[in-house]
Amino acid sequence: MGETPDKARESADFSHRGAVIAAPGLHDWFVREVLPLEAQLMQFLRRTGRNKSDMDDLLQDIYVRVCEAAQKQRPHPVRPFVFAVARNLLIDRARREHIVSIEAVEDLDALNIAMDAPGPDQNVMAREELRRVQAALDRLPPRARQAVILRKVDGLSWREIAAAMGITEKTVNHHITDAMRALADMLYGEPPGSKP
Amino acid sequence: MSAAEEIRAAAAVWLAKRDRGEWSEEDQKALDAWLAESWSHTVAYWRLDAAWNRTDRLGALRQQKIETARPARAPVWPLVFRTAAALGFVAILGFAGTQFLHRQTATTRDYATAIGGRETITFADGSKIELNTDTAIRARMTTAERSIWLTRGEAYFDVKHDPAHPFVVYAAGRRITDLGTKFLVRRNAKTLEVALVKGSVRVGEGGGASRLLKPGDVAVASAESMVITRKSARELANELSWRDGVLVFDNAPLGEVASELNRYNRQKIVIANEDAAKLAVVGSFRTDDVQGFTDIVRAVFKLHVENEGNRIVISR
Repeated sequence: MGETPDKARESADFSHRGAVIAAPGLHDWFVREVLPLEAQLMQFLRRTGRNKSDMDDLLQDIYVRVCEAAQKQRPHPVRPFVFAVARNLLIDRARREHIVSIEAVEDLDALNIAMDAPGPDQNVMAREELRRVQAALDRLPPRARQAVILRKVDGLSWREIAAAMGITEKTVNHHITDAMRALADMLYGEPPGSKP
Repeated sequence: MSAAEEIRAAAAVWLAKRDRGEWSEEDQKALDAWLAESWSHTVAYWRLDAAWNRTDRLGALRQQKIETARPARAPVWPLVFRTAAALGFVAILGFAGTQFLHRQTATTRDYATAIGGRETITFADGSKIELNTDTAIRARMTTAERSIWLTRGEAYFDVKHDPAHPFVVYAAGRRITDLGTKFLVRRNAKTLEVALVKGSVRVGEGGGASRLLKPGDVAVASAESMVITRKSARELANELSWRDGVLVFDNAPLGEVASELNRYNRQKIVIANEDAAKLAVVGSFRTDDVQGFTDIVRAVFKLHVENEGNRIVISR
């Protein structure tokens, strides 16, 4: 595998070893085991007093570290490992920012409580899943919501969506990309049944 | 924008481009290169893709509503889904007052068979779909996209594989992605069955995950779970014998044989006694020959057969 040191140095993550090629099965494992923990991770990060964009950065770094480790060997059980990664990352940050405060340590202890809490049911019933997706859909901006319905319920092509909504395909693209990001935040980042 | 937000925005642009269709091999290569640049790209893309796949569940809304909107005693299923049905499921979502266009377009077509019917559809790309009795599908076959919704019944798929244009079947809120293949999809009252004859397919599970089937694998999915079992070549062939207009049973209870035949005929067989329903049947029957079947049952099992016009009652 060819080394690309320049690219690695430019990017803001931890990959210094050239091209990222995910190990077989890593994607399915990540979707099945790690993403369902996002709501709890976000809850924990919120308690450390971080703002939203700080939390998004931390979450991304947690996922990157988890995947790098899981690339060689899948951790088992998953949840304590993911939270240990979160904890170490926060300690690294605190060290770098020279703000090791008593509050931060307390928050890290609160993490242990989160670890004991029952996790999200991995086999969420299909009906419950549909209800969750609908609830997320209801909270999208009206135009983005309409585009998603035409796409996912009616199965229209982008061109047909543009015609149906009287907008250009470029605007369809705008609505769809917005919807994709908002849906991921709602479906993974928030606990089931949470209200805006 | 934070660093993570910028990466998420870029990932959404890739995902949207793929969702739009007209996805070439060059596009795939460019995406692969972007993903390979860093783990942060990869995880951001996986996360958005998984959430976007979860919204496939919304397709179930259309199926539910169309089924309830079907006239109770319509002799033949209308080939065009009614606009009323479309407005109905829009109302479910709570968007009253918003006008939605929902009609058959040049690229979207609906096909259906009546009870006892069978039909083979051949598409421009060479892929074939055989519809069994009482089956309805919607097909969107364009140069960019190949999507099929199995709204009801059972269909056998023989797909010409094309990595640039994945062939996707949506049924009972699940997504079945072809990876070069012959397979059967059947909707029962409470379960969905996918049987793989050749090649490989991916069947979606909840939460964006999926399972890969090998030839001979049969996935039976309920709303909550999915179980994968193996079938021998002979068992699979029996399961597909309807394509030749016959049903083959190897030690099946009479009750099951009756309900299978009932799928194909308006005149329904009713087994009056529980113990009679448990009698083991071995043999093959024409799907449209209720008379022939009941003659054999009378002769072999010494059961009473009463023809009441719209139903045939079998009893001790």
